[in-house]
Amino acid sequence: MRFRAKMIDIGCFNHFTRVVNTISKLTKTCTLRLTTDKLYFILSDKVANGGVSMWCELSQGNFFDEFQLEGVSTEHNEIYMDLAAENLSRALKTAHNAKSLKIKLTNKHCPCITVAVELPSLSRVSRVVTHDIPVGVIPRKLWNDFKEPSVPDFDVSIYLPPLKTMKNVVERMKNLSNFLVLEANLNGEMNLKIETDLVSVTTHFKDLGNPSWGDNGSQDSTQDRDPETMMDVKVDIRKLLQFLAGQQVNPSKVICNIVNKRIVHFILLHEDVSLQYFIPAHE
Amino acid sequence: MPLSTQLEAGEEQYVLIASLDNARNLSNILKAIQFKDHATFLSTSNGIKVTVEDSKCLQANAFIQAEIFQEFSIQEDSVMFRVNLAVLLDCLTIFGGSAVPGVTTALKMCYNGYGYPLTLFLEEGGVVTVCKINTQEPEETLDFDFCSTNVINKVILQSDSLREAFSELDMTSEVLQITMSPDKPHFRLSTFGNSGSAHCDYPKDSDMMEVFQCTQTQTNRYKMSLLKPSTKALSLSCKVSIRTDNRGFLSLQYMVRNDDGQICFIEYFCCPDEEVGEQEQ
Repeated sequence: MRFRAKMIDIGCFNHFTRVVNTISKLTKTCTLRLTTDKLYFILSDKVANGGVSMWCELSQGNFFDEFQLEGVSTEHNEIYMDLAAENLSRALKTAHNAKSLKIKLTNKHCPCITVAVELPSLSRVSRVVTHDIPVGVIPRKLWNDFKEPSVPDFDVSIYLPPLKTMKNVVERMKNLSNFLVLEANLNGEMNLKIETDLVSVTTHFKDLGNPSWGDNGSQDSTQDRDPETMMDVKVDIRKLLQFLAGQQVNPSKVICNIVNKRIVHFILLHEDVSLQYFIPAHE
Repeated sequence: MPLSTQLEAGEEQYVLIASLDNARNLSNILKAIQFKDHATFLSTSNGIKVTVEDSKCLQANAFIQAEIFQEFSIQEDSVMFRVNLAVLLDCLTIFGGSAVPGVTTALKMCYNGYGYPLTLFLEEGGVVTVCKINTQEPEETLDFDFCSTNVINKVILQSDSLREAFSELDMTSEVLQITMSPDKPHFRLSTFGNSGSAHCDYPKDSDMMEVFQCTQTQTNRYKMSLLKPSTKALSLSCKVSIRTDNRGFLSLQYMVRNDDGQICFIEYFCCPDEEVGEQEQ
């Protein structure tokens, strides 16, 4: 197995850093999957995560000037590894005014992702800061655990309101309750509701817009339904807040898909990066 | 106004309706007296008085006059309810705690009477939040029986200078001693902490002293833990009046200017610390 890549554009460093920062705010550890075209940050829906899962996909060509990968075998030209995103985040902190960034898979006592940041210096010889991030290489037989989640057969698909507004409200609601009901309809309306012995709070968002999914089967089945009908999911507030508060990438639109009483699925698309986040309904 | 159309059906049922274009004109003042979980709201045609008490020795009152509200209507002589203040503040600041210039949250607060929750309608940027907060049995608030005829000593200071003094107070001292006298040191704050005693004096002719009316030398001690919450009111205010009566009871009155320049008052009453005699030299 071999992996080496090089990034030289400042815009790319910053964009990549923002993506990794977002990932590190969503989860402590995740799986990094490398293919010849793409990088994936994956969190699969284990009980340990409370059923939350994440799938983030980037096209390597939009970030790296050089990218060489030799996977586990020629037939499966990919590498999967466990990684603490926070370590990668910390390594990238030094990259904001770097001349170049090299990332490679190395073996120093244990497998590592080595990040070498070349910094500008006054002398002709550049300063290089190296970070060795220990990783756990995941054997081929476990790769099935990390399959791309399919878009669920949702009951409602709606665009989220501005994330900042939603985050402010959910942050306050977290002081009042552990759980929140997120409901939305096909009329571009979304409500966030909490209810406890002490207080009930409902925030109403309107005119959000519902994305059209074209030939998607789910969309057809919703044609007969009254657009005013609300579909809802009750979720752990901390999980929702973690998703909202972690966003460093500023997406123009975030899609929210709701499977009534079962799961809420968020899709962020920003330039060349797509991030999907699933929060299951609380039992 | 979007909020009023929502209420049309039930408006005749409310015994109290109070509206503000800027909810911060209420939340900022309430934050300054938030040292306990619960507060008692007493509303009359004059406005709303919010009371918070601690261990029967300390009482804070915030007065928001009817004129501060853009709409204020009350159907009974007086309406009283008790709510969890932390919950109320979280609701009033539901759209975020920090003030963004040019952006305000509009508030309509409604109460149906005994047994009903307190209902808040809040709106910012077209987004509406409705909160229903359960009210508790109102408890009688203390009457400290502090009247101006019994006031022995009074000073009015600019808050800036007192803020500095309070921020430097030795918090390891269990008490704050206040000496007021027609003779030197005129007005003195003293602490007795781990590092020894410390005194902060304000001479009667100092620039910061707006009013000095001291007739008799009085030294009183108050538990530091009881007075500490008053620093929030101090930081919001522009002026503070400090008065003591013949029993050594302390009245602190803070003049607070809200976002729109209107004046509101916050008042703290505190009993002297029982372990020490009232009049000491």
